[in-house]
Amino acid sequence: MTKQQANWSPYDNNGGTCVAIAGADYCVIAADTRMSTGYNILTRDYSKIIQLADKSVMASSGFQADVRALQKVLAARHLIYQHQHNKQMSCPAMAQLLSNTLYYKRFFPYYAFNVLGGLDSEGKGCVFTYDAVGSYERVGYSSQGSGSTLITPFLDNQLKSPSPLLLPAKDAVTPLSESEAIDLVKTCFASATERDIYTGDKLEIVILNASGLRREYMELRKD
Amino acid sequence: MFRNQYDTDVTTWSPAGRLFQVEYAMEAVKQGSAAIGLRSKTHVVLASVNKASSELSSYQKKIFKVDDHIGVAIAGLTADGRVLSRYMRNECINYSYTYESPLPVGRLVVQLADKAQVCTQRSWKRPYGVGLLVGGLDESGAHLYYNCPSGNYFEYQAFAIGSRSQAAKTYLERKFEGFMDSSRENLIKDALFALRETLQGEKLTSAICTIAVLGVGEAFHILDQETVQGLINEFEVVGEEPPAPADEPAAPDQAGDAEPSPAPADQGPPADQGIAPMDI
Repeated sequence: MTKQQANWSPYDNNGGTCVAIAGADYCVIAADTRMSTGYNILTRDYSKIIQLADKSVMASSGFQADVRALQKVLAARHLIYQHQHNKQMSCPAMAQLLSNTLYYKRFFPYYAFNVLGGLDSEGKGCVFTYDAVGSYERVGYSSQGSGSTLITPFLDNQLKSPSPLLLPAKDAVTPLSESEAIDLVKTCFASATERDIYTGDKLEIVILNASGLRREYMELRKD
Repeated sequence: MFRNQYDTDVTTWSPAGRLFQVEYAMEAVKQGSAAIGLRSKTHVVLASVNKASSELSSYQKKIFKVDDHIGVAIAGLTADGRVLSRYMRNECINYSYTYESPLPVGRLVVQLADKAQVCTQRSWKRPYGVGLLVGGLDESGAHLYYNCPSGNYFEYQAFAIGSRSQAAKTYLERKFEGFMDSSRENLIKDALFALRETLQGEKLTSAICTIAVLGVGEAFHILDQETVQGLINEFEVVGEEPPAPADEPAAPDQAGDAEPSPAPADQGPPADQGIAPMDI
């Protein structure tokens, strides 16, 4: 007699892809707007990106119900922080908070694959990439979600700095200009949309820089 | 005050049916420095006197943001006030989290009042020694409430608490009928005038007071010193001139308005043209 397996899962994967690229004085965070379940599309117009603080923007793919719950928890925690410290949370602080929040549910995780993008206290772009239980690292660029396997190698080719063993240690942020980075992101998604069935419909791009936050959209293939 | 055998703990009634510990707690509120609140249909203004315990120290914070749509001014034991503000902030955050909408002010003050009542009926607790002027905006408009240490709460058009608040209340009693339709600027000016009454001759400057505003389309925020000083300068200058022309619906306060207060002609608010921009 074989062991009985659960036929109900608390999780679902709503697909989608997220990308973030850090620049010298800007950060680009992008995600597609398709929400799927199985082989079906639930909606073509769902935002996976949320602004958590002045200089912190998070994009998350995975199980959107968990993503939404995670966003709410972080927003509430940020409010408490503002009341206590009379200022906004910095991006590195938010990064640590996100990691702690994810690990808090180590034994029933948020099925959320996050990239956090923003500006650090010096105004330089920063990107933090996470796994589902909060392991994180500051990087110059990152991709998460169903299309990440297609996008990450391409970004490595375009942006990767030489081996960290090579001295002098190079900064991870890209020397590209803001508009070049945006074009790169558009290229990434256009390519990922071709081969990943869960990525498509529309691309939402958020650009954070010294002048504030700006949003751009681009149509993607709908098939 | 009244030292007697029924005031040792809060769970003892006096033969006259009073809880002396609760009344003593209300005395603590009267000892604190003044806090004033006024409201119109669309705005609430909170004002407080910045009292420093000595020349060397800074003043205590008496006005707290609770949420975008709620603020509170306290008088009495400021430590108790801080703790209650933290409670109020938490309640607002939890409500928003669950219902994705702002906590109605009326609900918050009831919760606050119930929390205060608990401390009047436990032998191991003491009443909160702080009075709270809660100003907030919800779907039914702008509201101002006063929460007592006793667990009672009342809604007001305008109110003042703390030391020398009676002077402010006298001023507010004269003016309150016009507050409902008052403009935001006039409401702030009235708050400053009322605050000045509590200073009893001392010069009103932005260093000695804190003003906070909230209203329709305007999240709760504390006005910065520059703005407040600008407003004070405006109305003090006009106060010395002959009665300014009326610019509000109410009849202008002309020569017939003999104010007994020590301040120069306590006329209606000055003309609105040339008003310093207040939006921060």
